[in-house]
Amino acid sequence: MELSHDQVRDIAELAKLNLTEDEVALYAEQLSHILQYFERLQALDTSEIEPTASVLPLRNVFRLDEAGVPLPPEAVIANATDTEDNQFRVSAVLGDA
Amino acid sequence: MTGWKPVIGMEVHAELETHSKMFSACPVVDSVTAPPNTAVDPVSLGLPGTLPVINLQAVEYAMMVGLALNCEIPPVNQFARKSYFYPDLPKGYQISQYDRPLCINGWLDVEVTPEGGEPYTKRVRIRRAHLEEDTGKLTHVAGGSLVDYNRAGVPLLEIVTEPDINSAAEAEAYARTLRSILQYLGVNSGDMSKGVLRVEPNISVMHPDDAEFRTRTEVKNLNSLRVLFRATEAEIERQIGLYESGGEVQQATLGWDENKNRLVVQRVKERADEYRYFPEPDLPILEISRAWVAEVSAKLPELPEAKRARFMDELGLNAYDARVLVMEQAVAHFYEAVLAAGANGKSAANWITGSLFSLMNANGFNREDIEKSKITAQQFAELVKLVDGGALNKGTAATVLNTMWETGADPARIVEEQGLAQVSDTGAIAEAVARVLAENESVVQDYLGGKEKLFGALMGQVMRAMAGKGDPQVIKQTLTDLLEARRG
Repeated sequence: MELSHDQVRDIAELAKLNLTEDEVALYAEQLSHILQYFERLQALDTSEIEPTASVLPLRNVFRLDEAGVPLPPEAVIANATDTEDNQFRVSAVLGDA
Repeated sequence: MTGWKPVIGMEVHAELETHSKMFSACPVVDSVTAPPNTAVDPVSLGLPGTLPVINLQAVEYAMMVGLALNCEIPPVNQFARKSYFYPDLPKGYQISQYDRPLCINGWLDVEVTPEGGEPYTKRVRIRRAHLEEDTGKLTHVAGGSLVDYNRAGVPLLEIVTEPDINSAAEAEAYARTLRSILQYLGVNSGDMSKGVLRVEPNISVMHPDDAEFRTRTEVKNLNSLRVLFRATEAEIERQIGLYESGGEVQQATLGWDENKNRLVVQRVKERADEYRYFPEPDLPILEISRAWVAEVSAKLPELPEAKRARFMDELGLNAYDARVLVMEQAVAHFYEAVLAAGANGKSAANWITGSLFSLMNANGFNREDIEKSKITAQQFAELVKLVDGGALNKGTAATVLNTMWETGADPARIVEEQGLAQVSDTGAIAEAVARVLAENESVVQDYLGGKEKLFGALMGQVMRAMAGKGDPQVIKQTLTDLLEARRG
């Protein structure tokens, strides 16, 4: 499968990357190669194999609903580049989640 | 404007009231009042090296909701990463569920009372309900935003309906009924103003000629059921207006501006969201045995619908009284406490839905605040018993109730202090009736001459003459007897 340049630009936008046109062309080629490996895997006959939702052998790992001790607010914001009133301060965000 | 049919699906996000967060032992606090970033741990922050672990209580609460909404609980459950980039989400993804949600294919019957129309029951299908974690809270300030992660990681249940809702009244009725169930289950306070319950309608309108759905919009920031109703109605009208004037509806997220009392467009979506869901590698599969489902099912409390049926069957209440008594859990709780204190079911229902609700309305009390007034269930039961036992007539009882509301005093004490006990003494009543008849000779003559409606006027005169304390039954009988004697 060949990724189009538009698809690469979409992926770059989701990853918050600014790519030059040269880079778009480069990554389109490289990502297409990666996808081709998966196409080889998909060609295998897996009809006799049970579908797998997870490769972990674990099931149902829970914790009881008991509250522990939170971090002190100073520790929470210790690595922030900008803070105000014990909160992280971020530049104005356009758009909504 | 005719012919257009609103098509609405609802997304409800309900925080589950656990002690700790969805994936860690971090305490859950009131995110409106708690100081910022005082309930945050490394998992809430998504720090490198942390691992989530599922909160068992949150899973059971979510199962309870699913079962109350008549959902299937599939045997295999899986969490997934929903990736998006926004400061309220420190990890860059939200742990949610995607193709293996906890609850699927349910339904909820809701009773709808349209303005000026007859009540009817509507079945709303529940597509799915899945567990996820809540996000942090952003406060927008000049030149930026402040981020508080107290709410990040709080267990959140997203409940999604099929597009079965066709009016603002139905949307409100669905949200009200669902909220009531969450409250009965004890998993959510239902406080929309604090954002622990967030109701978001997806709205489009359909023309009779349409073969498929039109573009839909999503409405957010609805902090009460009343606002949900008004915003939904406004958005339906806006969309119809656009189509009727030759315009088009753009896919968008709208919000309700509380100050301006109108809808504002928050964001126009130019492309579909791309969340790149994939199975959460840090969490193992959740297998839910049928035995576990049965165990949780057995723990469900009596739900509003069952309680309503019981009130009607066992206590003989009418459908309306039974419905308003169960809708708010606090009201049902108060009513049942009044019954436990020995009051008659029907009388207590009448006094609550009549005089007490009027007093609450007049004093700005919401129904859910019924137990916050000065009147205890015990006192209220005493009042009802005084009336039923004939010691107080209804008019005086309303006065006593007003005093109870203001002072919190026992009804018996108010009756005694103010000398309000009902007079059933036939001697005193006969005397009052005779005096009124003597003073109103011309009315008596007109009555005897055929104007039988005047009976009520004479009755009123006697009640007044006895300062409202006379037993109406005895007065009526005595008045009839004395008037008939005049005919002879």
